[in-house]
Amino acid sequence: MEFLGIYYYWVFVVVLMIGFYAVVAKVNLIKKLIGLSIFQSAVFLLYITMSKVSGGTAPIFNDEITGLLYSNPLPQVLILTAIVVGISTTALGLGIVVRIKEEYGTTEENEIQEIDRR
Amino acid sequence: MKVLFGVFLLTLLVITAVAIVRTKNLFVAVMLLGIFSLLIAANFFILDAADVALTEAAVGAGISTVLFLGALALTSEHERTATPHRLLSFAVVTVASLVVLYATFDKPTFGDPNAPVHQHVAPWYLEKTPEYIDIPNVVTAVLGSFRGYDTLGEVFVVFTAGIGVLFLLSARRGPSGRRQTAEPPGAAVGLRHDVIPRVVGRLLVPFILLFGLYVQFHGEYGPGGGFQAGALIAAAFILYALIEGEEQTLRALPQSALNALMVGGALLYGVVGLAGVFLGSNFLDYSVLASNPVSGQQMGIILIEAGVGMTVTGVLLSIFHAFAARDRA
Amino acid sequence: MTAPELHLPVLQVVVPMLIAPLIVLLRPQGLAWAATTAASLLSFAIAIQLTTGVLGGHTYQYALGGWEAPFGIALEVNSLSALLLLVLTGASTAALLAGKASLDRQIEAHRQPLFFSAWLLALAGLAGILVAADAFNIFVFMEISSLASYVLVAGGPDRRALPAVFKYLIMGTIGATFYLIGVGLIYMMTGTLSLADMEIRIHEVAEQRPILVAAGFITVGLALKAAVFPLHVWLPNAYTYAPHAVTVFLAACATKVSLFVLLKFDFVVFQHNLLGHDVQFAAFLMPLAVLAILVGSAVAMFESNVKRLFAYSSVAQIGYILLGASMVSYLGLSGGLLHIFNHALSKGTLFLAVMCLSMQYANLQLEHLAGAARRMPWTMAALVVGGLSLIGVPGTAGFVSKWYLLTAALEQGALGMFLIAVIVLGSLMAVVYIWRIIEAAWFTAPAEAPPGAQQMRTEAPTLMLVVTWLAALSNIWFGLVTHVPRELATTAAANLLRHLP
Repeated sequence: MEFLGIYYYWVFVVVLMIGFYAVVAKVNLIKKLIGLSIFQSAVFLLYITMSKVSGGTAPIFNDEITGLLYSNPLPQVLILTAIVVGISTTALGLGIVVRIKEEYGTTEENEIQEIDRR
Repeated sequence: MKVLFGVFLLTLLVITAVAIVRTKNLFVAVMLLGIFSLLIAANFFILDAADVALTEAAVGAGISTVLFLGALALTSEHERTATPHRLLSFAVVTVASLVVLYATFDKPTFGDPNAPVHQHVAPWYLEKTPEYIDIPNVVTAVLGSFRGYDTLGEVFVVFTAGIGVLFLLSARRGPSGRRQTAEPPGAAVGLRHDVIPRVVGRLLVPFILLFGLYVQFHGEYGPGGGFQAGALIAAAFILYALIEGEEQTLRALPQSALNALMVGGALLYGVVGLAGVFLGSNFLDYSVLASNPVSGQQMGIILIEAGVGMTVTGVLLSIFHAFAARDRA
Repeated sequence: MTAPELHLPVLQVVVPMLIAPLIVLLRPQGLAWAATTAASLLSFAIAIQLTTGVLGGHTYQYALGGWEAPFGIALEVNSLSALLLLVLTGASTAALLAGKASLDRQIEAHRQPLFFSAWLLALAGLAGILVAADAFNIFVFMEISSLASYVLVAGGPDRRALPAVFKYLIMGTIGATFYLIGVGLIYMMTGTLSLADMEIRIHEVAEQRPILVAAGFITVGLALKAAVFPLHVWLPNAYTYAPHAVTVFLAACATKVSLFVLLKFDFVVFQHNLLGHDVQFAAFLMPLAVLAILVGSAVAMFESNVKRLFAYSSVAQIGYILLGASMVSYLGLSGGLLHIFNHALSKGTLFLAVMCLSMQYANLQLEHLAGAARRMPWTMAALVVGGLSLIGVPGTAGFVSKWYLLTAALEQGALGMFLIAVIVLGSLMAVVYIWRIIEAAWFTAPAEAPPGAQQMRTEAPTLMLVVTWLAALSNIWFGLVTHVPRELATTAAANLLRHLP
């Protein structure tokens, strides 16, 4: 179980950095947005990992069964909000990319800079 | 057994993420992103976060994929440029990951009930929810009432994204933008000519709508709530639009109705909050909405969740139509 | 206190926020602008009321939903919040009042309701951050204001705004996500999200690594949003290609709000608890502040587009604010905070004057502005007043904050001598770039009338000119009658320093 705990945090770091790499290194604007999405999902994993209680269950009461151990509801609430914020940012970003394609004819950052330089 | 399953899911997650970044075909990347979201949702589920898993699946795997595909249809499917400065980026990323790994060394043990994160505020929520709000789903209680102000902000984030996309995609197009595809009269609209999607889709749409309404109103008793419901109902309409075509969908639920949903939902939430002020207490205090404070809390949560569901449905559908309409003429 | 006054902190946020959806429904021409301006004026009135209360010694607290922190979300308005709320609502109102003609020209009529709705949401989001006392609440409102500002910046006719806003979106979201990681790590170690509660609980865990890394993430994330050198790269293009009224609004307040959060976290939560952190804070941020002042001003000296010139100048001014804060002394912090107020006045005036220029001149490159003073004397005079305040000439508002910074530097000994040299050098470079504009406007002969210019009226529209002059005169007013901003700034500085051991 201890191994699983450590593994969760290491996977969080790895996925975070994969997403971050895609955002900074890739040139295609949609690829950057995809990377941003992965980057944010890793953060969600961090919060939910810390909310888990061993032997616990989802924090929903059941009248028949009492005396249960529950996992922490607060990070779940925060991440619900964060997921919605993430999709809103993605939607807006995609709208911008569509407009860029219409105005510049390309969605590759280096080509856009080239066009603006002329 | 549980450990093995957890490790398996996590490893699959990393492999998918690497595959997404490496592929040059953006359509493949978006599909893999959908799988990535589902894997994360599965992870959330085994970590006891049922509401979050539902939201991630509906919003991340569902709506997000639709939006990306909509954008891809309007731009291009292939990533043209090779990654420049690969070595530098790798170096920066490696340094950053070492910093973050450094942070995980002193973190509390995974699942430890005595960790600081499970003290202080969390047990108070678990203890006081039956007393003050008396609904089974503690997550909804915290989301809707204890931290309701954050949720108000969240609704307005969604609203901002909605008007943002509508604003951006209402601009008159520049010289390079016009698509010359004129549809010949009598041409196939949507997927009407494909029998299987049409039949199955038409069977599914009412069930999805019903499930969406169920999730909306049962958010207090089980996983669910306004955001998930809004995403599901929007998904039902999007499925309908894919099969029957966009014009038909706009006839079923016109843009003016969508605007009314967007604005109405956000205002409903705000008005419920202000009702607390006018009835003598603080903003977003639902206890004063009824003679019995506990019923007041429950009523308040039902109303604001309805507001949330309305706004999310309106925004997601408006964004979908904005992308789809840009493809026409 | 009467009942309405109790609710002022939440009304500051709720008034613009709930009026925003209604604006979307206003189809008739010009109604959206009028309603937005009215809402902005109302917010300004609320901010003034809050400031009056704060100057009387009162700190506003508010528990949302009736739940006390840390179980619920609390709001707090003290002198630091009040100072920034004045700047925010004042800048928004001025930009809206002055900007009607400019916005009508740059935003198509059928899109205006959506644009103005986004404006109010940006105002509400920034106000929400300024009254917040809960770390996650700050994140939510930070995202509202960010998304709304992306919409505002992308609103103009210049297509180069689009790649600029995309970069702004990417960097802004990375910043917000870093902030979220930091808050998550702190929550993991303390179990609370309320700032006041964190200050107490973090004491038990101060040495552990996640807290230090959290401090790093939060600082970098907020630095990205505040355009601290070298993470400022999104700012110049975003400010240059945004609609002119939007630049007035954002340049005056957007990045300062992120600095507000940075200062709050650092002084309230971190400095108190992390041993030697105050040394780390100064050691880390002071060099960046110095670089911002020098590099920002240097690039501005060679820039030929007037808007981009002032954008780089803003990067330098953010450096001044940080320089004051990084000295971690009463005078330094007061100077930095006062500079937030005074920079809003001077940069606001400058960008308002640029907006006036844009009504007659399509191209804002310096060569094309030759002889502008002859055609638009009032505009250029206002620009000069704003420029003098930016440089820090005695008698203007800019002088007061620079004076505080200089006296604070004197306290620092040998390092202080270096800092004084930097501050003076920065001001000299400001003289150079303001002079370049004056030279182009007064001492260069115009080629011929700019294409498409109106022959009858050569000055900017009256309302725009009046607001610009009010802003210019306020620079002189607050340079002579300094007690209100000074009292707010010094009280805020004392409050922040109180948290240190």
